[in-house]
Amino acid sequence: MMAALILVFSMAALLQFFISYCRSLIAASAKQPLSAEVQDVTGIKTTASGDDFARVLQLLQLCPDRPEDRNGIQAIGFYFRILGFLRATVARIAPSVRAWTELERGHCTYFAAVTLDRRIAFSRDMFAQQMES
Amino acid sequence: MPGPFACFIWFLGFLCEVAVLVCAFKKQAIRRYFLLNLYVAGLIASDIGRYRILTEHGFSSKQYQYFYYYSDAVLTLFLYFALSTLYTHVFSELKAEKYVKLGTILLLAGTALFTYSVVVQSSAKLVTQFVVELSQNLYFVGLVLTYVLWAAILKLRETRTRLIQLVLSLGVYFSLFAANYAIRNLYPSLSSVFVPLVQVFATFLPLAWAYAFWRLPEEARLAPSRLAVIPR
Repeated sequence: MMAALILVFSMAALLQFFISYCRSLIAASAKQPLSAEVQDVTGIKTTASGDDFARVLQLLQLCPDRPEDRNGIQAIGFYFRILGFLRATVARIAPSVRAWTELERGHCTYFAAVTLDRRIAFSRDMFAQQMES
Repeated sequence: MPGPFACFIWFLGFLCEVAVLVCAFKKQAIRRYFLLNLYVAGLIASDIGRYRILTEHGFSSKQYQYFYYYSDAVLTLFLYFALSTLYTHVFSELKAEKYVKLGTILLLAGTALFTYSVVVQSSAKLVTQFVVELSQNLYFVGLVLTYVLWAAILKLRETRTRLIQLVLSLGVYFSLFAANYAIRNLYPSLSSVFVPLVQVFATFLPLAWAYAFWRLPEEARLAPSRLAVIPR
């Protein structure tokens, strides 16, 4: 009985902490402007659509991986799937949830675009270092 | 010896732990989050100790099991005190450090007494069972405390991004472990699945902390209302 209660509480807390953690990652990157290159490549200027998330992820996979970004992008990818599930279920009967999931999915895409920007800058730095040496 | 996947996860976790200290040092956050960094240093020391005992005595030896559970209990205590320092940071403007310390000690003593009262009735290996149970109970107490701290962050409109991420990642970590222990108690037959997951979960906290120290400056701010699951 006690273990079941702990399990229920832990799972509820896990969901809440995980969503808040993902939103804190997104919020920290929301203020960063995208470079002109990334804006051209992704077509994202100031706001992003959730429908572009998969495409931005594909672009991310073309760039060399950075270990410090891996955790964030995996967490956001999982959060995006939770939002997709909500969109396909609860959002069908609650329009306010639908609007919220769309907004959050767009934020996820913007986060991925900011990560792409960082990876491009990182690759360019590495290339410059190699050229110098 | 554990399998290649377990060894890889262990090594990845070890690298992440080192990365936390390096990032904290580079960003001059060692002193500010001293107990958090001390906990990570303890993780590194225990990983080295576990590896030495593993290579000398083997995975299923008594020495390894004792060292694993005792070091885990000590580390859980470290993490518990590290959590109390996050309380001190959040309540710094209220000058509540004295009360936080008192509350931390009282809650720890209460948890230890509760654990002892449960263990004394049912076990012959009293000390070892006490250490294992105390560690598990502290994970749940840590989860509840982190949840209360998160509520306080939202209520007090705390804006420090790095502090918020440190607290949230700790919440995810405690929830994962508390849920894992609960499932193992409910369904002992699933232990073969959920025991190896501990190592995977253990890599999350160092990764998240390394990210927070490296990527977020101490001055970074965000609106906490953006983070509530129910939008405010």
